[in-house]
Amino acid sequence: MSATWTISSVREAIAARKISARELAAEHYKKIAARNTELNVYLTLSEERAYAQAGRIDAAVAAGKPLPALAGVPIAVKDVISTRGVRTTCGSKILQNYIPPYDATAVSRLEAAGAVILGKTNCDEFAMGSSNENSAYGPVQNPAAPGTVPGGSSGGSAAAVAAELAVASLGTDTGGSIRQPGAFCGIPAMMGSYGRVSRYGLIAFASSLDRIGPFARNVADVATVLRIMAGRDPNDSTSTTAPVEDYSAELNKPVKGMKIGIPKEYFGEGMDSGVRGKINAGIELLRKLGCQVMDIQLPHTDYAIGTYYIIATAEASSNLARYDGVRYGLREESDTLVATYRKTRGAGFGAEVKRRIVLGTYVLSAGYYDAYYLKGQKVRALIAQDFRDAFQKVDAIVTPTSPVPPFKLGERTADPLQMYLADIYTVTGSLAGLPGISVPCGKVCGKLPVGLQIFGPAFGEARVLQLAHAFEEAGGATL
Amino acid sequence: MKISREDVLRVAELAYLDLTEAELETYRAQIDDILEYISKLNELDTANVEPMAQVLADDQTADATLREDIVVPCSVAGDILKQAPDPEPPYFRVPKVIER
Repeated sequence: MSATWTISSVREAIAARKISARELAAEHYKKIAARNTELNVYLTLSEERAYAQAGRIDAAVAAGKPLPALAGVPIAVKDVISTRGVRTTCGSKILQNYIPPYDATAVSRLEAAGAVILGKTNCDEFAMGSSNENSAYGPVQNPAAPGTVPGGSSGGSAAAVAAELAVASLGTDTGGSIRQPGAFCGIPAMMGSYGRVSRYGLIAFASSLDRIGPFARNVADVATVLRIMAGRDPNDSTSTTAPVEDYSAELNKPVKGMKIGIPKEYFGEGMDSGVRGKINAGIELLRKLGCQVMDIQLPHTDYAIGTYYIIATAEASSNLARYDGVRYGLREESDTLVATYRKTRGAGFGAEVKRRIVLGTYVLSAGYYDAYYLKGQKVRALIAQDFRDAFQKVDAIVTPTSPVPPFKLGERTADPLQMYLADIYTVTGSLAGLPGISVPCGKVCGKLPVGLQIFGPAFGEARVLQLAHAFEEAGGATL
Repeated sequence: MKISREDVLRVAELAYLDLTEAELETYRAQIDDILEYISKLNELDTANVEPMAQVLADDQTADATLREDIVVPCSVAGDILKQAPDPEPPYFRVPKVIER
């Protein structure tokens, strides 16, 4: 019988020598061996690397040395984030045997803080999807609601924490890919502001939107992992020099009097009534905590999905041009170089990736660039302005994370547009570059998890985490 | 109809992407739906709006500067070539590019 581990309980147990880092890693690998066939969470395990790191932690404990913040904490990493010497597939056939020659900065910072990287988690191919059903390696089961999708694209990372196959995990969020699976699997999940965490080593999908962020058992652990990863990295020119606050120290500051904006545009048609009930109860809870709740407007919300799918696919079509069968990954040989490119890409990419490459190339092509791509960039500016205006009046904005609770496997795969609309509440913050968290907000019919989303102004991570922490402490998860 | 079969063929050509006959028609129809949905953006007058290419440019608190362009030693060439489907160290081998 094993405990439910958190970062703080791991720290205490290891410092008190109640368990070694090695034993803790072994305990997790044992649970993974028992459940991975059913859940399909991990694509690759990095046991050698994990045990080497655990050995270093145990040696530090034995020598009585001070322990870093994540000493011995078992962490899972989404398979679009590079890990030196550990296979990284991006959920794609085209990178089936790819071994990165370097680590992502986020990974090396976590390891430097003592984390034990257990392995790589399943995800939608190149992080394109909202249900994890676009993985070339099969779907992931939602451990919090059997038979339903875990959300996407970071479904494996969310499920790993929810099933206690890792204490925390890393996902990536381009249009909702951390927050929505966090909501579906019933755990907190956060993306910091654009530029807060280095993207170095994150295999690119849409560079102006991609962000790395944590899943964890509770908000305090989310704060710890985010802080360790955050900060300027010379290897990513879009990582910012803005100072990183001590999120953990700020966590318990009072939220009484905090002004919370509720955008009416997020509460229209298309929201499941069960989700609506839980979110309204969540807002009521914030009011009881002394927050000042007020209605606000984000008038361009309705244009966000269209804008997002122009910009994200345009950037993807450009970023994915690198998969040509020459330098790494799959090659399908043909008689000319161009025919080799075409055949390799046709065989190596799955349906959703091809669809987005076609759409993205189209919106960038001569004759359509102004009508689609340039238009999208202009509407993106309007959406960002909506948020700047709103944050003149409020400290945080609260919405549902997803309009629907976790849906059944296979239920939405036939119609890509319907799948895209599942991201309707998350893409706005992605386009505007804002920090956002999803925290558990009860369960529909007692079994389907609902997430409450909190947006803050740019680099307002500390405030977002304070509010999420207060909500969690007040029993938000059991509403 | 927003996108034709010829458009999809032209785009697949630009993207160096082989599509099967079935994919061609499926994607055409699905992308047509998506473009129809996207056309909602035309309701907005954006004549006087500056396009937003990235987030940080308009954030005064961010100081995303380029680093100095300094050459630093890098010894991963061997690891990188190991990933190639058809390496001929120190080169990547490809089918003949120049005809005759």
